Amino acid sequence: MNNTTILNTFRFIVLVFFQVTVFNNIHFFGFVTPYPYILFILLYPLNTNRHLFLILSFVLGLILDIFNNSGGVHTTACITLAFFRENLLKMSFGYSYEFHMMRITDKLSSELVTYVVTSVLIHHTILIGLEVFNLNFILEILLRIVTSSAFTIILLFLIIGLIKSPRK
Amino acid sequence: MQQIIYFITKNSTKLLFLLLLVVSLYLTVQTHSYHQSQMLHSANFVSGTIYEKTNSITEYLHLKDENNRLAEENAKMKQILYNSQLIIDSTFAVNPEIRFAQDYKLFQAKIIKNSFYKKDNYLTIKGGLANGVKKDMGVINSKGVIGIVENVSKNYATVQSLLNTQTKISAKVSNTNHFGTITWDGKNAGYVQLMDIPKLAALRKGDSIVTGGISTIFPENVPVGLVDKVFTSKNSNFYTISVRLFNDMTNISSIYLIEHVHIKEITELEEQTVSDE
Repeated sequence: MNNTTILNTFRFIVLVFFQVTVFNNIHFFGFVTPYPYILFILLYPLNTNRHLFLILSFVLGLILDIFNNSGGVHTTACITLAFFRENLLKMSFGYSYEFHMMRITDKLSSELVTYVVTSVLIHHTILIGLEVFNLNFILEILLRIVTSSAFTIILLFLIIGLIKSPRK
Repeated sequence: MQQIIYFITKNSTKLLFLLLLVVSLYLTVQTHSYHQSQMLHSANFVSGTIYEKTNSITEYLHLKDENNRLAEENAKMKQILYNSQLIIDSTFAVNPEIRFAQDYKLFQAKIIKNSFYKKDNYLTIKGGLANGVKKDMGVINSKGVIGIVENVSKNYATVQSLLNTQTKISAKVSNTNHFGTITWDGKNAGYVQLMDIPKLAALRKGDSIVTGGISTIFPENVPVGLVDKVFTSKNSNFYTISVRLFNDMTNISSIYLIEHVHIKEITELEEQTVSDE
């Protein structure tokens, strides 16, 4: 049990708790709901066992699905995001992403914005697409993806700003 | 053989991902298929307890509304009681001719998690096997139908809401025998759709829609809503009716569960009839 394990366990529990009790109950205009719990997947340390990371994302999604009675939509979205995270990191930070990841939340760089925005879009597209699962609602699906993603992104940056380690 | 092992170890992450993807997609598709209980649901100890605790905090915000509603219902009940000719004396000795009292038992329960913004909504209620809650019980409140019990655990249960695209409830136009089916199109939480009412039926805006009493889930004449708009199509002999719900599904708390006392007997009889054919 080192520092990283404790930090990530804590993050997991806190994010799930607030997602279930607070964010799931937010429905702006009746349909805009933020899902900032994916911060766990975004900030999970890089140089660790990828299998464990996939399984943890699976469990995270499963817990959300159980609370929401939504079958497997959160699970699918979470493991897909977890699987493609490395590619997303490469895309936004370039090949030296492992170096940048060390201090990912330190400053609001354009790389960080790309990383968060693409991740949220992928996650929300799968989540909302599978949840509605009906082509008759295609416009509503698109509207919900765009609005919910915007809301989640704003919340994520607020949270990142809050947990940022203070400057020396 | 060595090749296969090499392939597996090399692509282990991908294979694990595919395995997990298959599991999660199975869970997703399973909930979208009609009338199948969910494998994973919020009627378990952990989520039930968390929702119960959260609800015990937030319910104070609605206490005033809830009190008004209960007082209104009490007034209605008293009105029925004092105007009834069937009551023998002032105690609750009910005339045996009222069949409602024989066939149905009512329990009181409370919603601890409401949901209304999705396409397939489920509510979680406090009350499970330990309180006599069973699958396929009807759920109503003082204003009308709410849903049908779907999954039950020891202390909690999930309810398939009226606002669920898979819900089908038999209903009729009040005071007639024109039966139809209540469904929800997934759009507006204040309205449901009544299908299959024949065009022969005389309908007007404001007519009330009540449950049909054909199934064993709901008794006859439980209110659902009012006729709002009637759609006709040249291709069909049936109306599609938009029904305005009596209930505000976004704001419900106290509910009643209805149990048909003879449900076992009825299902056994029906199964026997099917197997005889």
